[in-house]
Amino acid sequence: MKDSTMLSHFSKGLIKNNPVFVQVLGMCPTLAVTTSVVNGLAMGAATTFVVFFSAAIASVINSIVPNQVRIPVYAVIIATFVTIADLVLKAFFPPLSASLGPYVPLIVVNCMIMGRIEAFATRNPLAPSLADALGMGAGFTGALMLLGGVREILGSGELFGATILGETYTPMLIMILPPGAFLALGIMMAIFNQLQESGAPILRKAG
Amino acid sequence: MQIVAVFVVAVLVNNFVLYYFVGICPFIGVSKKVDAAVSMGIAVTFVMTITAAVTWLINNLVLIPFGLPFLEYVSYIVVIASLVQFLEMFIRKTFPELYKTLGIFLPLITTNCAILFVALIQAMRAYGFITSIAFGFGAGVGFTLAIVIMAGIREQLEVADIPRPFRGAAITLIVAGVLALAFMGFTGLMSA
Repeated sequence: MKDSTMLSHFSKGLIKNNPVFVQVLGMCPTLAVTTSVVNGLAMGAATTFVVFFSAAIASVINSIVPNQVRIPVYAVIIATFVTIADLVLKAFFPPLSASLGPYVPLIVVNCMIMGRIEAFATRNPLAPSLADALGMGAGFTGALMLLGGVREILGSGELFGATILGETYTPMLIMILPPGAFLALGIMMAIFNQLQESGAPILRKAG
Repeated sequence: MQIVAVFVVAVLVNNFVLYYFVGICPFIGVSKKVDAAVSMGIAVTFVMTITAAVTWLINNLVLIPFGLPFLEYVSYIVVIASLVQFLEMFIRKTFPELYKTLGIFLPLITTNCAILFVALIQAMRAYGFITSIAFGFGAGVGFTLAIVIMAGIREQLEVADIPRPFRGAAITLIVAGVLALAFMGFTGLMSA
């Protein structure tokens, strides 16, 4: 496997096939936890961890799993890694775990993960599967942090908990409430479409 | 009284789709036609109610007494997957007519995060058995309400002149945002 192909397996998840903006997968965590950049980062990191190790195992055991029961088998593998991620978060980052709440276990049914396993890991050897999983995880994390950042700045005038818009800014509370998530993501998706259509160079290069 | 409160809160105040953001995939995917949306809603309500009952039994009769809470996620997902499979076979054999309308939606439901969310929340809030069922049923009714309203709006959107970049998922999300805004009006109506 050449280095350049490995790199393309990794980079296609970043922008061209971004799980959030292009494939519209994994919407529940995307909308629910992005009230701040830190939450987006934590959810992205946990999801990347799960997709990386699930894809690794799925790619290796693929040949011995009967086709009819593959979905339950992969679901159990994913659930195992989600349990690990959840226990680690609970043990070492209790405040973060509390603010993500029940959305950590919901990583089990994040369609992005099952999608990567079904569409890529089970059809490719280990190394490209890992590159693909990392790229998708990174694209997902990036999208979550971007959305979290926009919502945090507009909704509370802060970024990473530090005030950046000054005293005179009246926070748009709606941005950190549920409707703000839908509105912000909808508008960002439209901007993304527009940029892609007009062929902005930043989007073309990473393809 | 608590049962009624749990039900109303699950339908209106903390609507699963518009407040907790679960079940977004079918909410966006199957909300183009009102008929399909109604069928999807009924299928989800059905599975949710049964899931709430079954996962309550597993949690309270197996996981808690034997000290196995770390197996929660693994056992829930296995139970939900097999339950959906079983229901599909049962409905196909017993009610072929019903199967024709719900059939194609049932497999999709396994990966619907709203189902797992019902199981997790009833365990987290330590609801009683009947309350859990009311919660599952209410969550399903809330989902149906949201997806049917959404389908009604999208049928109108078909003929609207939407700016190009907003077509597809983007406008759907913005409409959902406006709906969520409307549902915020129910805040304070009741609390669970």
